[in-house]
Amino acid sequence: MIGPAIDRRALLGGVAGLAVAAPLRRAEAAALPLVEIAPGLFVHVGVHEDFTPGNRGGIANLVAIVGSEAVAVVDAGGSPAQARDFLEAIAARTDRPIRHLILTHHHPDHVMGATVFRARGARVWGHARLQASLLDRFPTYRAAMERLLGAAIEGAEPVPIEEVVTIEVPRRLDLGGRVLELRAWPTAHTDCDLSVVDVATGTLIAGDLLFSERIPVVDGSLRGWLRVMDELARIPARLVVPGHGPASAAWPEALAPQRRYLEDLAAAVRRAIAGGRSLSALLADPPPAGDWLLSSDNHPRNITAAYKELEWE
Amino acid sequence: MNRHPLARRRLLATALALPAAGFALPAFAQSQWDVLREVFFENRPVLDGTGLIELEAPARAHDAALVEVTVEALFPQTPERYIRAIHLLIDRNPAPRAAVFKLAPTTGSASITTRIRVNEYTPVRAVAETDDGALFMVERFVKASGGCSAPASKDKEAAYARLGKMKLLTPERFHAGEPNELRLLISHPQYSGMQIDQLTRNWIPADHLETIRITWNGEPLVEVEADISLSEDPLLGFHVKPEGPGELRVEASDIKGRRFVQSWQLGAGS
Repeated sequence: MIGPAIDRRALLGGVAGLAVAAPLRRAEAAALPLVEIAPGLFVHVGVHEDFTPGNRGGIANLVAIVGSEAVAVVDAGGSPAQARDFLEAIAARTDRPIRHLILTHHHPDHVMGATVFRARGARVWGHARLQASLLDRFPTYRAAMERLLGAAIEGAEPVPIEEVVTIEVPRRLDLGGRVLELRAWPTAHTDCDLSVVDVATGTLIAGDLLFSERIPVVDGSLRGWLRVMDELARIPARLVVPGHGPASAAWPEALAPQRRYLEDLAAAVRRAIAGGRSLSALLADPPPAGDWLLSSDNHPRNITAAYKELEWE
Repeated sequence: MNRHPLARRRLLATALALPAAGFALPAFAQSQWDVLREVFFENRPVLDGTGLIELEAPARAHDAALVEVTVEALFPQTPERYIRAIHLLIDRNPAPRAAVFKLAPTTGSASITTRIRVNEYTPVRAVAETDDGALFMVERFVKASGGCSAPASKDKEAAYARLGKMKLLTPERFHAGEPNELRLLISHPQYSGMQIDQLTRNWIPADHLETIRITWNGEPLVEVEADISLSEDPLLGFHVKPEGPGELRVEASDIKGRRFVQSWQLGAGS
């Protein structure tokens, strides 16, 4: 997954100190399964399902990065109930305190558990536009999640974004011998996407700027997303944790299927607009979605979003 | 009203062939519709419009803030017999009357397309008012929610930067003597008064189109009374049946008193 063996050795050598500095407790029976994709970098893999009471909103990948002094969590999960289990799973792996919660964007599967981490003293990081977007949508999301998840959503509140990252100025966050680079992006998947690079292991935590297996959702700008992907591809990482998909994948190769889907979507919608086909006609006979999971609702929604954006070109 | 008794008889005959003909439709006599009928049609009889018009709307909307609907007229517009207005109603929206489309016989076809916001699961109704004043209704149930209070998709500055810009989509060939479908887009944020400003945390005051007047060679063709249930950047699909080349002029105004005017020369090359 991460290329030649020599790279892997060099990589592991580089972070060997970290593993020692962050002593691991044996997980007895972690409530939430975690995969350690690089030393001290844990991923909980979300399920490819719609929101259900059974999955408690746990459809997105969640990450914990352990430094010698502190832990940073990237994305808080789809409900306080899931977040509490995530917290427990992290505590089973390290005794370092969770000092930082980084939110990659405002969607409910990523933010609904945020209060749980904040209550434990984590500072909340996000895109400069996250606070506004979060407050704007929270009541709608919360109402929908109450309906879809039931009791798991109890206690979910919008959190204040205490540390802000602007598009112009990336920020660094030191967990103690382990630096994270946070970068805010122009409108792409949403209007407040943030990515994180764990420098020591060369791992990009892409949030929903990268979907793998599960169909991408266009909630920001299709053209913007394609542009951002060009720049994203230049990030010198070896591994990526997608917002949805496997725990890790090779970077930047993992971008290819999503790029193909979004480019095909843009091409099909542009053809329809140029040929005078209405949105409803296009939706009645949509271009194929490929073999993406959960496309039956999301593909038509993407077509709608793309049409609305591209008809003004 | 009885200028065209023959046309009227023909319409009634069509309607009488149907089971619910001649009566206000009893099957879905929910109170909401009763209220709408009283408010918008002064309790005039509203007949079953099946066979005269069709309403195309998705059973389940993919984006509640952008639901494309078409009202298809199943007979041509002629000076002797035509649909003079189509009322588009969304029962459970905060402002249930999305728009009224007033249509001249020179449209050739009364079929119209637009995009609406749907705030919760609701019947959507098209009521056609024929030249003799009779009302005919068809309805579809649409599952969607949150369309009126959904966050505005762009930031306010960006939304106002394109304010009033228009785009007219014309068929590849413009045919004299038959209805040509035109699709008009007008950039307007259509703030419903139910959205929150992301920065100030205040409600964004309502700001939406109020009227769209379209003329063909100076003669009224289509006039739309619009409201907040029309989606952001409203779309209006309509028809014109021209005798030859001509000028299409659009004058739109919003509730803040802004006026947007644009015109196009059509049919010169075909």
